Amino acid sequence: MKKLGNKLLGLLPKGRHAVIGVPFFWMLLFFLLPFAIIIKISFAEADIAIPPYTSLTAWADNQLTVLLNFGNYVLLSEDGLYLAAYLGSLKIAFFSTLLCLLVGYPMAYAIARSDKQMRPVWLLLVMMPTWTALLIRVYAWMGILSNNGLLNNTLMWLGIVNEPVQILNTNIAVYIGIVYAYLPFMVLPLYANLVKHDLSLLEAASDLGAKSLTAFWKITLPLSKSGMIAGSMLVFIPVVGEFVIPELLGGPETLMIGKVLWQEFFNNRDWPVASSLAVIMLLLLIIPIILFNRNQARELEGK
Amino acid sequence: MTSFRFSRFMLFAGLTFIYLPMLILVIYSFNASRLVTVWGGWSTKWYAGLLDNTQLMNAVLRSLEIASYTAIAATALGTLAALVLTRIGQFKGRTLFGGMVTAPLVMPEVITGLSLLLLFVAMAQLIGWPMERGVVTIWIAHTTFCTAYVSVVVSARLREIDRSMEEAAMDLGAKPWKVFFLITLPMIAPSLAAGAMMSFALSLDDLVLASFVSGPGSTTLPMEIFSAVRMGVKPEINAIASLILLFISVITFLLWFFTRRAEEKRKKALHKFKTYKG
Repeated sequence: MKKLGNKLLGLLPKGRHAVIGVPFFWMLLFFLLPFAIIIKISFAEADIAIPPYTSLTAWADNQLTVLLNFGNYVLLSEDGLYLAAYLGSLKIAFFSTLLCLLVGYPMAYAIARSDKQMRPVWLLLVMMPTWTALLIRVYAWMGILSNNGLLNNTLMWLGIVNEPVQILNTNIAVYIGIVYAYLPFMVLPLYANLVKHDLSLLEAASDLGAKSLTAFWKITLPLSKSGMIAGSMLVFIPVVGEFVIPELLGGPETLMIGKVLWQEFFNNRDWPVASSLAVIMLLLLIIPIILFNRNQARELEGK
Repeated sequence: MTSFRFSRFMLFAGLTFIYLPMLILVIYSFNASRLVTVWGGWSTKWYAGLLDNTQLMNAVLRSLEIASYTAIAATALGTLAALVLTRIGQFKGRTLFGGMVTAPLVMPEVITGLSLLLLFVAMAQLIGWPMERGVVTIWIAHTTFCTAYVSVVVSARLREIDRSMEEAAMDLGAKPWKVFFLITLPMIAPSLAAGAMMSFALSLDDLVLASFVSGPGSTTLPMEIFSAVRMGVKPEINAIASLILLFISVITFLLWFFTRRAEEKRKKALHKFKTYKG
């Protein structure tokens, strides 16, 4: 039977291989292979040369020497700054994911339970900002949150505070910016999940005397688990490496690994240290990424 | 339904939260005062000033160019990837393929940017290409990450559509490519348009990837804006930012409007066809 199957497959036009091959090769070359190179460079030493790192292998006297420099990793573990930056990133990512979930869930719920005609309109309104420049939306907050910005002016005008409250360049501004930028990515998968729920389950629950809140806790919430996972991963993983928001809205107290990596690369021109920072970040994120991919694959299979 | 009323309220509050800052930005772009936080009356002088800023205008043109190339390439690649994921069953490396297609959605940009730069540097050493980093390398970076978005949008659509027409055409002996171009493609066209639009917008917006893989003399618009913004809020930036917001919003709305109309027409036609058959 299997042989017959293979024969039939062989009869299929060669187009099949092209269809698989083109995107496969592209992603292999430009997405997967670079990770191998980044691991390699993380074992090199910074050098004043072009490119600014030493080669791992050398050929002299008929001997191939492979020099793996663990110095970068030792540096990362010894310098408290890097550890603090990793922990800071994880902390900020965790709490902003939680905030997005708390704000995004009711929004997704409201859209999923609204008129069928109105759903695409609400969804478009939520999603449209993600198609417009993130940089500009973050920039808009700079004008609002600054010491002489709109928010402080309004607060002072209302007499709530006497002098401007420092919000810009603090972690509060970073949280506002992250929730603002990533909220749509939480709402979309949650909506996609909530809209598929069978409402007759809720009716049955209410017929049996369950309060609507109880029904929500016992039925809707557990059923929306995969939507919550997808949304949370879509927020958590990129936020760990976020650069633009902490750079523009955060201050000296904001330690995030994306910012540190950027400084190592662009300001210190230390490519190997930047690479090892990226490798460790990848190791931290590999489990969430696999979780996300699994969840995504299951959704794609249609469960 | 108290829970529904609460969620309704949250929806409106959330939308206000999303749109209010953008509205404020647009209003302040018409502020005559150079002090961006003090209102000094209405003026359009910052918009007029933009045209004289050749550096900024060059960056705008360069960004639009890259975004167009990206939209085309990412739509083609993403559609192929979506076809592979939904229409071609098992093959060796399918899990790997699925992972590679969805991972760029969440991968932090600093990682992708740095790793792609290192790839380009290694390639330049090894095969002598790319000798110079610029539009082409930025285009490759953007295409790689936009392909993921397109494939998610298109494969959702591919899974949704009724496959009976494809199967009927196959049964009648149409070649797979013919089935794709004559039957599948018209049905998924709205999602292709959405994917292209998304890629265009994402490419136009990207700062991190472009900063890593660009070379001297290939500054994109977000890079220009970023270096200006770092120094604080500036009225010229308010103006260019408002223009970008307007541009993207109008295109998004038009796209949405037309795909929706096409969709309704198609549904009606299909309905007619089905009732006729039944």
